[in-house]
Amino acid sequence: MAAIIASRYAVEYPNITKELCGQTVSWLQQQRTEAVAKFAEQGFPTLHDEDWRYTNVSAIEKKLFTSALKIPTSQIDRNWLKSYQLKDAWSVVLIDGHFSSELSELGGLPEKVFVKSMANALETHPELLENYVNKAVNDNEHGFIAFNTAWFTDGLFVHVGAKQCLAKPIQVLHIVTQQDVLIATRTVIVLEQMAEAKIIETFVGMDGAYLSSTVSEVFVGQNADLTLYKTQFESEKAYHFSGSYVKQEQDARFTHHNYAFGGLLARSDIHTDLGQASECELNGLYLGIKRQHIDSHTRINHLKPHGISRELYKGVLDDRAKGVFQARVIVAEDAQKTDSQMNNRNLLLSSDAEADSKPQLEIYADDVKCGHGVTVGQLDDKSIFYLQSRCVDEETARNILTFAFANEMVDKIKIKELHDIVLEQVLSRFPQEGVNKEWL
Amino acid sequence: MLSIKNLHVSVGDKPILKGINLEIKAGEIHAIMGPNGSGKSTLSHILSGKAGYTVTEGSVTYQGKDLLEMAPEIRAREGVFLAFQYPVEIPGVSNIYLLKAALNSIRKHHGQSEVDAMDFLTLVKGKVRLLEMDEKFLYRAVNEGFSGGEKKRNEILQMAILEPKLCILDETDSGLDIDALKIVSEGVNSLRSSERSFVMVTHYQRLLDYIKPDFVHVLAKGQIVKSGGAELALELEEKGYSWLEDNQAAA
Ligand SMILES: Nc1ncnc2c1ncn2[C@@H]1O[C@H](COP(=O)(O)OP(=O)(O)O)[C@@H](O)[C@H]1O
Ligand SMILES: [Mg+2]
Repeated sequence: MAAIIASRYAVEYPNITKELCGQTVSWLQQQRTEAVAKFAEQGFPTLHDEDWRYTNVSAIEKKLFTSALKIPTSQIDRNWLKSYQLKDAWSVVLIDGHFSSELSELGGLPEKVFVKSMANALETHPELLENYVNKAVNDNEHGFIAFNTAWFTDGLFVHVGAKQCLAKPIQVLHIVTQQDVLIATRTVIVLEQMAEAKIIETFVGMDGAYLSSTVSEVFVGQNADLTLYKTQFESEKAYHFSGSYVKQEQDARFTHHNYAFGGLLARSDIHTDLGQASECELNGLYLGIKRQHIDSHTRINHLKPHGISRELYKGVLDDRAKGVFQARVIVAEDAQKTDSQMNNRNLLLSSDAEADSKPQLEIYADDVKCGHGVTVGQLDDKSIFYLQSRCVDEETARNILTFAFANEMVDKIKIKELHDIVLEQVLSRFPQEGVNKEWL
Repeated sequence: MLSIKNLHVSVGDKPILKGINLEIKAGEIHAIMGPNGSGKSTLSHILSGKAGYTVTEGSVTYQGKDLLEMAPEIRAREGVFLAFQYPVEIPGVSNIYLLKAALNSIRKHHGQSEVDAMDFLTLVKGKVRLLEMDEKFLYRAVNEGFSGGEKKRNEILQMAILEPKLCILDETDSGLDIDALKIVSEGVNSLRSSERSFVMVTHYQRLLDYIKPDFVHVLAKGQIVKSGGAELALELEEKGYSWLEDNQAAA
């Protein structure tokens, strides 16, 4: 075959196929074969793709990370892990893209709820999974999806039966311990009708460069309610690409909180399709320092009438960091009475920091209420002076105001343990002299 | 306490204050009246250290020190308090956080330890009651979504808690209905002492019915054109400002 191969990764692929999960699952084998062919042709997205015009991922092709095919034998520092792992939660720990039963905590799950590693679920529930894998998103979306379909080594499967209301959150921890590796995982989350759950996706890495990529497919059934948190604290040299692709049935509620603090180059996609009278709320906070590039890409698809969507993303960018916010709200012809509001606010702390914000509304229905707003600015001199006139020195005033700007988004976290972890992460990224968290 | 001598202030090339002289002793209440645009807020800002103004001539001495040399927060810690004409909204910072930060900065400045948490709450709640405010205000973000009247009351609450020595009230009466005006005035009156001085900036006589000044100064076009006792305010109420401005133009 003389086809041009757009990615060096595709050349390596035959060497690893035998090591991937789901060897006996024929539908998956077929999907993987198709995906790698597609990826070989297209490679990763480029600046010519409209959805990627602000984010250059060519470094990934240059670096050629190698697949982490096995869980590392070295012991992970449990104390370090504890600073990210919630105590009062069920947890699934993935080390370098592989499930660790030793570190996970899944005792006492209710009967109609299962939480499993993807590799295990492919063995026990292959028919069930066939309904979900590559159903909320597909390989045509962009190169990272096809890449993920072909390369994923493990991941998570959560299935919450009808009317089940989870008493504790579920946390999946994506931990990277090795350098120069590529990690690809796939998550499927299903809430049957009237089910309720809170799920946290945490990404952390030890030092060094690596590629961490996850695709999450999420199905929120009729009248079900899912809150999904993403806390992304990758290492400062990491490349991070993750996407959550959501389908909401009638009257379903979906709330997403996206805390994007880590990575040298980090991108997250949140796409959701809303059914009739379903609601979604997308919140985000991105913090960039040094030379970080943090890209948030959202798409809200109102397909049916009476949907409600609310979106607020805030960014704080210092040094030479760059924040990208690309958000599309699409209101289909049939989606009358849609009520949608989208906002993006950026705080630039240095003259070299940059925020690119591109909200887009595409409205095909005529009876809708849709709005959007964007601000990019610095700390307000009037506010600084007001605090100074109340005895606070200028540096502290700046720190307090920066923190206050970000804290609006941290305060949205209703799980106390998680709130405190995220708060610490915010405080550790900006000067906190004079910011007294005990008083907050 | 405060001595202003021949003070000239410009914004850019534009002179705004043109030779202000004012002596304020401890325990006195001075009203500064004048039409809109006469420079009242500029004077308040200069005293509290707001950036953007240039002092081209003159001096300001506060408790024997050069006030103009001090950073705004140092002035505040030394006891200068400005109740803003337009208090600023600070989303994300609660009232109680700011009060605590401010009070502890003052204590630190004077070599004292941090205020005890219980004592602090008792103090704050007492003042909240004095100003007939809802305690919920303490936990709301500073001035965010407050009505005009609530913002002014909040300024006086801060003043009551920080116990400054020189209180500058810039148009505190504007935006207050008569009941709120009474409450705020009572709050101010409760702070009167032989150690504490007040500069009340206003262009109405109204506030002065409740807080009786020792001296009244009329500011017009950047100069004090007339000074007198409390009765001068009544005269201004009757005749307006134009006769004084005309005098100035003739002079
Ligand atoms: N930052 C500024 N830039 C330009 N002009 C200013 C500025 N601040 C005040 N002024 C001008 O100075 C004059 C006095 O203003 P101000 O002190 O606010 O008056 P008052 O408080 O008595 O109404 C006005 O003519 C106003 O337009
Ligand atoms: Mg004024």
